[in-house]
Amino acid sequence: MAEMISRSTRASRIAGMVAIAVAAALVAAPWWGSIATERLLGEFMIYMALATLWNLLAGYTGLVSVGQQAYVGFGAYILISLALLAGWHPLLAVPVAGIAAALIAVPVAMLVFRLQGAYFAIGTWVVAEVFRLLCAQIAVLGGGSGISLPAATMKLLGESKFWREATIYWLALALGVGAVVIVYALLRSRVGLALTAIRDNETASVSLGIRIERVKFAVYVLVAGLTAMIGCLIELQKVRMSPDAAFSVNDWTAFVIFIVVIGGIGTIEGPIIGTIIYFLLREFLADLGSIYLMILGALAIAIMLLAPQGIWGFIKNRFGLSLFPTGYRVVSKE
Amino acid sequence: MDWINAIMQGILVGGLYALFAAGLSLIFGVMRLVNIAHGDFIVAGSYLAWSIVHATGLNPLVSLVLVIPIAAVFGYVLQMVIFNHTLGKDILPPLLVSFGLSVILQNGLLQIFTADSRKLDAGALETASFSLLPGVSLGHFPLLMFATSVAVIAGLQYMFYRTSLGRAFRATSDDKEVALLMGLDNRKVYAAAMALCMAVVALAGVFLAIRSNFDPFMGPGRLIFGFEAVIIGGLGNLWGTLVGGVILGVAQGIGAEIDPGWQVLAGHIAFLLVLAFRPRGLFPRMN
Repeated sequence: MAEMISRSTRASRIAGMVAIAVAAALVAAPWWGSIATERLLGEFMIYMALATLWNLLAGYTGLVSVGQQAYVGFGAYILISLALLAGWHPLLAVPVAGIAAALIAVPVAMLVFRLQGAYFAIGTWVVAEVFRLLCAQIAVLGGGSGISLPAATMKLLGESKFWREATIYWLALALGVGAVVIVYALLRSRVGLALTAIRDNETASVSLGIRIERVKFAVYVLVAGLTAMIGCLIELQKVRMSPDAAFSVNDWTAFVIFIVVIGGIGTIEGPIIGTIIYFLLREFLADLGSIYLMILGALAIAIMLLAPQGIWGFIKNRFGLSLFPTGYRVVSKE
Repeated sequence: MDWINAIMQGILVGGLYALFAAGLSLIFGVMRLVNIAHGDFIVAGSYLAWSIVHATGLNPLVSLVLVIPIAAVFGYVLQMVIFNHTLGKDILPPLLVSFGLSVILQNGLLQIFTADSRKLDAGALETASFSLLPGVSLGHFPLLMFATSVAVIAGLQYMFYRTSLGRAFRATSDDKEVALLMGLDNRKVYAAAMALCMAVVALAGVFLAIRSNFDPFMGPGRLIFGFEAVIIGGLGNLWGTLVGGVILGVAQGIGAEIDPGWQVLAGHIAFLLVLAFRPRGLFPRMN
């Protein structure tokens, strides 16, 4: 019998195989699903990606931002500008929007990082409002009433409706799965180790030489860039966009926070589970309109008071299950 | 004259922003809690006053004798039943709970009162004014609003530093455990602070409702104005919130004078400038 160090568990290996099978099925969705299914799955991927990124910010880095809609809207508006004013191919505009958002996030972070805790949260929200109000001032992009992507731009995505829908869907899939993979890889890296150390004991981490501010800064900028790419995708899906829709705190931040809280903050599985539950709730309760939103708010409060670690945190503590293990464990091998 | 007028009106509106901010500053000072639903509570105060005025025919300002106590009791219960269970080292639980409350309040108000905007009618007081200079006239109502907010802040300041309740607030804020040993139940101290905060919120809600139209979704904007006033003035300084509110009001007034689309934006820019050059606010208080 020998002892060895392992990162994987039986559950994680099974989960890995299931994940590959599911991913293969999802890639093939345009051939087995209707356009409605494709759009629903695409929207699912958008929320899963936003939730995964917000969870990285708040759950691992302690940066509770209520202003991520700033980057969703920023990405959308960069895509519109490049497509409309320069005639760019939208798929080329997506990475450019990501880089632009990462660049703009640098001065923004320098400002909002001066605020602590909950004040940081509201500070990020003010920044998002500034972005929204500025976009509403740009007449060539439709001002306050918004603008549609030109038909020629949509044509660049594919000649037939099938290929257009499929291209947008695959992009959503790539960003959704990509966000989870990037966050997973990041958390298994040195940065992830630093983040976990900071989360567990900030003072001890500083004494061990972890440069907290630098790590936080880098994560904020990375998340901003990726969030803006998701914003581009939202724009491609919706085609028409206004400042109020692109910078909506409810759509792009509040719902995302609820997803993460319900699923389990500070875990990789949490945002995925939370997104599934959010879509199930929406499917069954959306007809209730504002009452549905009140139920969502009450559910988030109840979870925060009764099971602050969310559904996945509960499962993890109860059964010791981990589908995306980031730590090391000693196992005995026969 | 337009500019002087814009600045004067901005100063007076600043009084209202200071009222938004005073409640935030108070509960942050006592328990390090930032209530994201603060703005929605202000709007809920407006609707409460509207309902009372429509049921009883009282003058909106007279309705305060009912609105303020109801709000204070509500604040006490809210703190005891919900917020006290979320307070700890982690800032996330209170933040998320108040975010949930915000969504519930907005949609609850929408459900009960529809999306139509409403206003409280304070009669002749609303239009009465006197001329300060040729072309610059000051309304009686904005002046009353400003004077009230100065009085409220003076009252809070006195309460905080001269009364036994204020001593309890400061003691609990400085060291919860030691205060507990001295016989102060920190849960009750927090509840008293929230009750006081909600009383100020109710007053702000009634002023807001007389001054302009209100609808179920204007809470977040009021939260942001209050928050900006707190940061501009300097955390933990009650008189600073008044100065912060006035600066915000004047910035918005000047912005609106340039272009109506710049009103709110100019306020945000003033806030970001203060954050860039005086990150601790203009009048920070050590704590």
